[in-house]
Amino acid sequence: MKKNTYRAVLLPYSVWALLFILVPLAFVGYYAFTDNDFRFTMEHFVRFFTATSSITSESGVSQEVHTYLLIFWRSLKLAVISTLVCLLLGYPLAYIMSRAREKTQKTMMTLIMIPMWMNFLIRTYAWMTILQDTGIFNNLLSGLGMNRLHIIGTETAVIIGMVYDYFPYMVLPIYSIMAKMDYKLIEAARDLGCDSLATLRRVIFPLSLPGVISGVTMVLIPSISTFYISQKLGSGKFFLIGDAIEGQYVANNLHFAAAMAFILMVILLVAMALVKYVTARYVYGGEE
Amino acid sequence: MKKIIELKNISKSFDGEMVLDNISLDIYDNEFITLLGPSGCGKSTTLRMIGGFIQPDQGDVIFLGERINDVPPHKRNVNTVFQKYALFPHLNVFENIAFPLHQKGVPKAEIEEKVNEMLRLVMLPGFAHRRVTNLSGGQQQRVAIARALISHPRVLLLDEPLGALDLKLRKDMQQELKKIQKSTGITFIFVTHDQEEALSMSDTIVVMSEGKIQQIGSPTDIYNEPKNAFVADFIGESNIVDGVMLADYRVRFAGHTFDCLDAGFGKNEPVDVVVRPEDVDIVPAEQGQFQGTVTSVTFMGVHNEIIVDIQGFKWMIQTTESVNEGEFIGLHLDPDAIHIMKKSKYSGTFGDYSSFSSELDELSDPGSEAEA
Repeated sequence: MKKNTYRAVLLPYSVWALLFILVPLAFVGYYAFTDNDFRFTMEHFVRFFTATSSITSESGVSQEVHTYLLIFWRSLKLAVISTLVCLLLGYPLAYIMSRAREKTQKTMMTLIMIPMWMNFLIRTYAWMTILQDTGIFNNLLSGLGMNRLHIIGTETAVIIGMVYDYFPYMVLPIYSIMAKMDYKLIEAARDLGCDSLATLRRVIFPLSLPGVISGVTMVLIPSISTFYISQKLGSGKFFLIGDAIEGQYVANNLHFAAAMAFILMVILLVAMALVKYVTARYVYGGEE
Repeated sequence: MKKIIELKNISKSFDGEMVLDNISLDIYDNEFITLLGPSGCGKSTTLRMIGGFIQPDQGDVIFLGERINDVPPHKRNVNTVFQKYALFPHLNVFENIAFPLHQKGVPKAEIEEKVNEMLRLVMLPGFAHRRVTNLSGGQQQRVAIARALISHPRVLLLDEPLGALDLKLRKDMQQELKKIQKSTGITFIFVTHDQEEALSMSDTIVVMSEGKIQQIGSPTDIYNEPKNAFVADFIGESNIVDGVMLADYRVRFAGHTFDCLDAGFGKNEPVDVVVRPEDVDIVPAEQGQFQGTVTSVTFMGVHNEIIVDIQGFKWMIQTTESVNEGEFIGLHLDPDAIHIMKKSKYSGTFGDYSSFSSELDELSDPGSEAEA
């Protein structure tokens, strides 16, 4: 293809990227550093790092905390836990899938994808119905003669919701790496003295690392900035950074919302750059 | 000589298809043994069974007198050089070769020493810290051999290891493998579909077809005394014609009665007669035991390869005489040029060169498709 034709074909995408990605990003930056009269200010950033409020725990002890740092810390913690749960559940599944017969692989793939065809709100409401104190799960427990569990409105419920939503993004990249892996390498490891566990540790896992890294990235990043799941499944008790941004936006505090989004973005970009650097240097197959 | 591996009455099917049909084979210590046959003959399956990757449906695998059917690969004192090397791409040359020693927990200094020794053995000193993905096919091959030899297995299994190399490199590696086998004293079990490779490297050749062993013997035995038409055709070029054994040492074929060196057949028993293309002498027509018309002449460098029509059956003859197409020539066979075989199910399926051309030969090369 000639260079000019190439440019012409690319043009609509470039315009799209400019209008709907770069310009909005510039606006976020602009709003983040200005006040309501659009004069330069750093006050939103100062507020993010210093604002305090007092919270009262269930035992009645009241405590002064950094509001937004606490929210950010909580978002990070829940996101990391959800990512780890996704990894622990998803890695064995991806391995089993990659070793199954082709037909079974397709069926499993479809089963993993089906929830993604449903609206995110409906999925979250469905989990409310399941996890409520008088919901399906608890009715099942009491039907089996066991004690009911209080799940809704706890961090556990939020984590369950996040894991459910982001699970496919963990499984698919790991699966696609494992499906491509040369089975002869596994045979070679066994031939050279490895039992199943040593084969996993010394050959399968190192070779699947690029998939693990992209799975972790694809789950961690959206789950840090998630909102709504925490409002519905956490009964509003576990405000996350995404909820905070949404709240400020709804309250017409666009500049502070933009500043928070900006901070989150910078942190994620730095984290991703770091991951990319480490991957390229130390992980086989991570250089592309 | 000590038996190191015995296969006893082994059968194996995949999806209802018989891959190994009741094979028995003894493998001796310190021997270079080759499993030779076209793709799908069961040679790779046999090798994988010795490696422990496949369990037999019936029969026993015996290693130094002990039944090892259920011993997993990592507990067998046997290592494999895989067809496409199967080097670990996330490890460098040193780490690949050291892999089995790390697994055994050998001390670091000893690992270093042994890896360097191996690198010298396969003539790759100085390559320790190269990435395996940057090596040529021949170099990868050497790393794979070093990795398989470093823990000094009793037996080394080689699954068509030279198949991916070009001709010149393959010849060099054949020599080198033979040398390594002699210097280490390890039993090599080598799988190939390439009969020249088998003839030049092996102490013993096992010719296989359709899940059965057709013949076991030294290269000269196999070449000079093929047991049936399949072996005769598969090893080298052969003219295989129908004949009748008139009496001991007397056989009739191609319209003439010949003296031969074979005995012990029934009177007037129908047999297959094998004559190698290089064993036919060309003489003036009137002096020949039998005669034919030259239908094609191909110059091959050292010799001419000619096709001669003898009573409707096309013979291949390799000769240094120069003859012309259409010429009527006489042919002479010495008694030791004639090999008599009992009739088998392969009789009549090989040996006529009427559709022969080098191209056809290549098309039907069993090695052109990889064996599953």
